[in-house]
Amino acid sequence: MVDVPLGSTGVVAAPDVEDVELYHPHSWVTKYVFSQDAKIIAIQYAFVALSVGLVALVLSWLMRLQLGFPGVFTFIDANAYYQFITMHGMMMVVYVLTALFLGGFGNYLIPLMIGARDMVFPYVNMLSFWIYLLAVLILVASFFAPGGPTGAGWTLYPPQAITSGTPGGQDWGIIMMLVSLMVFIIGFTMGGLNYVVTVLQARARGMTLMRMPLTVWGIFTASFMALLAFPALFVGAVMMLFDRALGTSFFMPAIVEMGQPLDRNGGSPLLFQHLFWFFGHPEVYIVALPAFGIVSDLISTHARRNIFGYRMMVWALLAIGALSFVVWAHHMYVSGMNPYFGFFFATTTLIIAIPTAIKVYNWILTLWRGDIHLTIPMLFALAFIVTFVNGGLTGLFLGNVVVDVPLSDTMFVVAHFHMVMGVAPILVIFGAIYHWYPKVTGRMLNDGLGKLHFWVTFLGAYAIFFPMHYLGLMGIPRRYHDIADMAFVPPSAHTLNAFITIMALIVGAIQLVFVFNLFWSLRHGREAGGNPWRATTLEWQTPETPPPHGNWGRHLPVVYRWAYDYSVPGADQDFIAQNQPWPTRTSGAGHG
Amino acid sequence: MAVALILVLVAVGSVVFHLVSPWWWTPIASNWRYIDDTIIITFWITGAVFVAVILFMAYCVYRFRHQEGRQAHYEPENKRLEWWLTIVTGVGVAAMLTPGLFVWQRFITVPDDATDIEIFGQQWQWSFRLPGPDGQLATTDTRLISPDNPLGLNRDDPKSQDDMVIEGGELHLPVNKPVKALLRSPDVLHDFYVPEFRAKMDLVPGQISYIWFTPTRTGTFEILCAELCGVGHPQMRGKVIVQEESEYQAWLQEQASKSFAHLTPGIRNGTVMPD
Repeated sequence: MVDVPLGSTGVVAAPDVEDVELYHPHSWVTKYVFSQDAKIIAIQYAFVALSVGLVALVLSWLMRLQLGFPGVFTFIDANAYYQFITMHGMMMVVYVLTALFLGGFGNYLIPLMIGARDMVFPYVNMLSFWIYLLAVLILVASFFAPGGPTGAGWTLYPPQAITSGTPGGQDWGIIMMLVSLMVFIIGFTMGGLNYVVTVLQARARGMTLMRMPLTVWGIFTASFMALLAFPALFVGAVMMLFDRALGTSFFMPAIVEMGQPLDRNGGSPLLFQHLFWFFGHPEVYIVALPAFGIVSDLISTHARRNIFGYRMMVWALLAIGALSFVVWAHHMYVSGMNPYFGFFFATTTLIIAIPTAIKVYNWILTLWRGDIHLTIPMLFALAFIVTFVNGGLTGLFLGNVVVDVPLSDTMFVVAHFHMVMGVAPILVIFGAIYHWYPKVTGRMLNDGLGKLHFWVTFLGAYAIFFPMHYLGLMGIPRRYHDIADMAFVPPSAHTLNAFITIMALIVGAIQLVFVFNLFWSLRHGREAGGNPWRATTLEWQTPETPPPHGNWGRHLPVVYRWAYDYSVPGADQDFIAQNQPWPTRTSGAGHG
Repeated sequence: MAVALILVLVAVGSVVFHLVSPWWWTPIASNWRYIDDTIIITFWITGAVFVAVILFMAYCVYRFRHQEGRQAHYEPENKRLEWWLTIVTGVGVAAMLTPGLFVWQRFITVPDDATDIEIFGQQWQWSFRLPGPDGQLATTDTRLISPDNPLGLNRDDPKSQDDMVIEGGELHLPVNKPVKALLRSPDVLHDFYVPEFRAKMDLVPGQISYIWFTPTRTGTFEILCAELCGVGHPQMRGKVIVQEESEYQAWLQEQASKSFAHLTPGIRNGTVMPD
């Protein structure tokens, strides 16, 4: 193992590695298309995921147009509406957020941040991306399949998902959805194993686990969880596919379909829900934990202060990861499962609030007595805290079993999960892109466009989802194509719905400014240099920016300290890079 | 400065919105006031935490904003403070969970004097079954469903004789009498939801779930389906009419004759009718 004595003086010799010519790609195709460089794969993942995100955004516009102005857009009938919400949900949760955090940020940041040359299995890494792309293509192709995509809701609950009363239930839609998910999981497993093994095996000398940046901890924990959680969805998808295509009865009891008895018997619809949420709840944290990790590093870097309570932050991440596997049935309080489960799952769910709260405290305590630079990444980090705290607190309503009873399946739930796992992680994604874009391209994103993008996105999204909770509290159910004639809904609620729709259109449109910024700054952005944020972590210490294949040139970095040496008393400057040796007496620097 | 101010406005604005917005729950019409109380407790605790966190953050952004010569404080951790915060959070969580679990215990414990009724949801309408004079519902089987027997009653079961079926209509209930509703679906998931009752439970094909409540005021309330059940989901509505006992009895008399007429085709078709 690595033997760098902590606190010792002097320099540890870096391993000297000859550059092997065979290792590098030799053609444009192997360099940029079938690339085995984690950084290129990261960009491929991010590009595809962001493109899917734009499709999902347009779908959300369409569903909001129907909700805000019912009956005006006649092409959005009930069929189309349910197809839009289903595809929007599945795309965002799995194909955008999971793929972007793990496939995108994971690929780019893990090797660079731990001081590795690449992922440990570069070829498998490449396959992972192409299989992911195949899954995306299958999913998108279902828009053009006979009967269109499935409209079963992103939870795909049987029997409804595979019966004729649901769009795509007896057509191709549900089959393509299930196949796409299975393909995605196969691709993800390749990537996920890679991320986990790379973190465990390929860390630079001196990079002990407890010196890793929280970004790596977040992505590592999430990848590990995903490897455990996705198989539940995989078997659920296989069983439902058998039910749909082969006439088995895993999830199908004796039922009547449109007056005709079906030849099914003995299956359990609840079994699918258990499998789905055994995946589905950890999935929330698979998205959240990388966001937690990244936002910790953004706050620390831009507040020029060490992250407060690093060890507690790591343990909180692991505690959340472990607990998230024993809370799944809080999605099923009113599902008709044995009601006594409610006691157990309400208790575990509220316990998970404690490590989550610790993380929030430590973020804001990092701001306390900091030297806060209100850069764009910092603004997004602050906005993340607002939306995450808001969404996390409404989770305490829904987790507390009896409070969930009136709120479950209402717009309150929609508002809650959009705030906590939609808006909050996406704000982190934006913050992270503004933060790491200079490393990826060598240029800064435009600041003015960034500020415009930030304020409209943050305040707009808050104005969409905060009032939406109150529609749910009133009793408006989710997944209603039309609420026009509900007796208990006052006209003012329709006005609010129209307002939410207008905000959604504005927030969606402003993303074009972001997309423009991404492309414009590629050529016209300010030159960034290697370490524009004066950050400590290894990815900012590469010899070249953008880092070439192999990242480090001849000498791998050696790590001497944790990732958060900001504003160390007596140091020459307000950050000390992780690979900077401890000061020797002759160097003249202060003794940290 | 501007950033800190906007953060304060977000926190204060959220509280003001909560207090003055016209969008609030419907006036309650069942015994589940406890649920409303637990929600109120949760609003207070979470609201206080939200405002405290955001205002603290706004203060930090203002007080510790970058200025020439400022240096951040170097303090990797503070065990005392971290444990103290953990314990306070634990207490707050317990304060919300404990009353919640007590109310849940009530929610799932059906009182002995509750009347059994059946709520039957299918794509996309609600039907109901009342037990009749014997106070007991007959057994059912999805495979017995036919145009003559829309709810799949087991006609071999003597208790089916007086069961009163109300197809696609309105559910009448007497006020202040606890009801245990047995929930059944012959096709896909549905969810029986009356916003004014606060109560809600899924109907799952292949099993029978239940929910109990006591209507506490008379009136007509809308039944919604709250679990996506296909394209007709938003149209799957019904009505529950809560009446004084005397009015309810009158309705029951009138219904009894209709319901009997409805069951007679079964006899003609030679379905076994014991007794």
